[in-house]
Amino acid sequence: MTAQDIIKPENLVYSKPSLLNDNTMHYCPGCSHGVVHKLIAEVIEEMGIMDKTVGVSPVGCAVFAYNYIDIDWQEAAHGRAPAIATAIKRLLPENLVFTYQGDGDLAAIGTAETIHAVNRGDNLAMIFINNAIYGMTGGQMAPTTLEGMKTATCPYGRDPQLNGYHLPITNLVAQLEGARYVTRQSVHTAAAVRKAKAAIRKAFENALCPEKKGASFVEIVSTCNSGWKLSPEKANQWMVENMFKAYPIGDLKNI
Amino acid sequence: MEEVRLMKGNEALAEAAIRCGCDGYFGYPITPQSEVMETLMLLKPWETTGMVVMQAESEVASINMVYAGAGCGKKVMTSTSSPGFSLMQEGVSYIAGADIPALVVNVMRGGPGLGTIQPSQADYFQTVKGGGHGDYRQITLAPASVQEMADFVSLGFDLAFKYNILSVILADGLIGQMMEKVVLPPYQARRTNEEIRKECPWASLGRTADRKRNVITSLELEPGPMEARNLALQEKYRTIEANEVRFENVGCDDADYLLMAFGSSARICQKAIEIAAEQGIKLGLLRPITLWPFCTEEIQRQLSHIKGILSVEFNAGQMVEDIRLAVEGKVPVAHFGRMGGIVPTPEEVVEAVKSNFNL
Repeated sequence: MTAQDIIKPENLVYSKPSLLNDNTMHYCPGCSHGVVHKLIAEVIEEMGIMDKTVGVSPVGCAVFAYNYIDIDWQEAAHGRAPAIATAIKRLLPENLVFTYQGDGDLAAIGTAETIHAVNRGDNLAMIFINNAIYGMTGGQMAPTTLEGMKTATCPYGRDPQLNGYHLPITNLVAQLEGARYVTRQSVHTAAAVRKAKAAIRKAFENALCPEKKGASFVEIVSTCNSGWKLSPEKANQWMVENMFKAYPIGDLKNI
Repeated sequence: MEEVRLMKGNEALAEAAIRCGCDGYFGYPITPQSEVMETLMLLKPWETTGMVVMQAESEVASINMVYAGAGCGKKVMTSTSSPGFSLMQEGVSYIAGADIPALVVNVMRGGPGLGTIQPSQADYFQTVKGGGHGDYRQITLAPASVQEMADFVSLGFDLAFKYNILSVILADGLIGQMMEKVVLPPYQARRTNEEIRKECPWASLGRTADRKRNVITSLELEPGPMEARNLALQEKYRTIEANEVRFENVGCDDADYLLMAFGSSARICQKAIEIAAEQGIKLGLLRPITLWPFCTEEIQRQLSHIKGILSVEFNAGQMVEDIRLAVEGKVPVAHFGRMGGIVPTPEEVVEAVKSNFNL
């Protein structure tokens, strides 16, 4: 079999979703963002809902999410994505409105917006990338940084005496009446990617429910190999050994 | 038939919002403007016109909800009072940066800090000069009656959508709280999403197959394109300055001295003019209706015959700076104001005219 035979259309078993455009991503090699972007693009395409989807992008590494997925977007101020998504959903109730935020955005500066958006119980889909560090600004401590973990603003390791504790905000979210589906996933293996995709699909389907049933919240426990100063492979290993203890994978709520 | 009612300024504003086809109101309670959201919640417009009304968790959230609705091409608004408007400056700056139309109402109270719930006009600088970060402007309308509280909702939205800019109704606590006769505007239908797609082709309503993605953003990391965005904003501001200046001229053309005042203080000045006339002093009132764009040319036109200008404001002297810029030292310009929620009497205004201009 020649290369020409292999690339024939009938032999095609996989291609990137057409909604994921050809713009060169700014993400570091090994970063989880690119995989999650692809999953979002795939799910929107498979559901055929491009014309009624509005994404809300954050401030942080994913600030340019709108450059990669060819749907309508609104770029939020730092932490405000859930408030913005809520208003869009109220004004366009038949649309899929989803947020895409990192840990600093969702669990530090935007904690109030996160909690209240979920608690109001609108059918929002919220994607939360938790890599326990501020990537875009150069690796500072995040609310989800683990105790003992070194970052640019806790160079001797996160000390609870000085910095308090890692914030498992997803557990808080799961306690709220307004939350319908709360899950924690990862994208470090092929199997994990498939599960994460199923979770995103479920969140998006929930968000299109005609009756008001509540917010769907998907945390993706992620790596930041640049910020963690590890190779992509070692970052995955470190995540499994450390992050998964603080942030166990699985459903927290599913109504 | 016209609908005439006796209403508070805040209530009239809420009624006018429903009637002008507003799609959404997002607010947070703060004195002295809480009647706006209370009136809306009582009237339940979501059951009649389909207008969304939401109580947000903070002014930070409510202004970002306004950003969201504006990004969808919807007619959306919020209302607040001074400390809340300070919290909103983040969203205000983002709305300017993203070139989207919206309406914010600030029913001013005294500051700084938590200050007082009594009326004030001390947010002139914050509004007219831009209280958030970056080089931006917002159209600022200053109502001087309950009627104008109602009328400026529709005017504010029209200007916002004409230029893709934020309109601010800068009222003071007196205008918000006092009751007057008001003729309510007729009902106007809300636009459909299809109409918005045509009128606002930039809106983020969901991408259809016939166009590229719409992105509402103020972010641009390349210096060249970012400067170009800024230059385009400045060009828009110059167009607005050329076309949208509004003011009221009450007897200025045969006056010896001008009073300049906006909002409630202009009402006090009207009475002061009558008292001064009895004493043989010919005063006129130049009332800016748009605080930005400012009536610089009209002030300069008056310089041919007037001997001085007194700016009467419920603050320590803010608009007076813009008057001085317009006058360029050609006649004396003075300021008279009270703070802390104290409303000056017309007699005090007349005394201030006499003492400042040695009459």
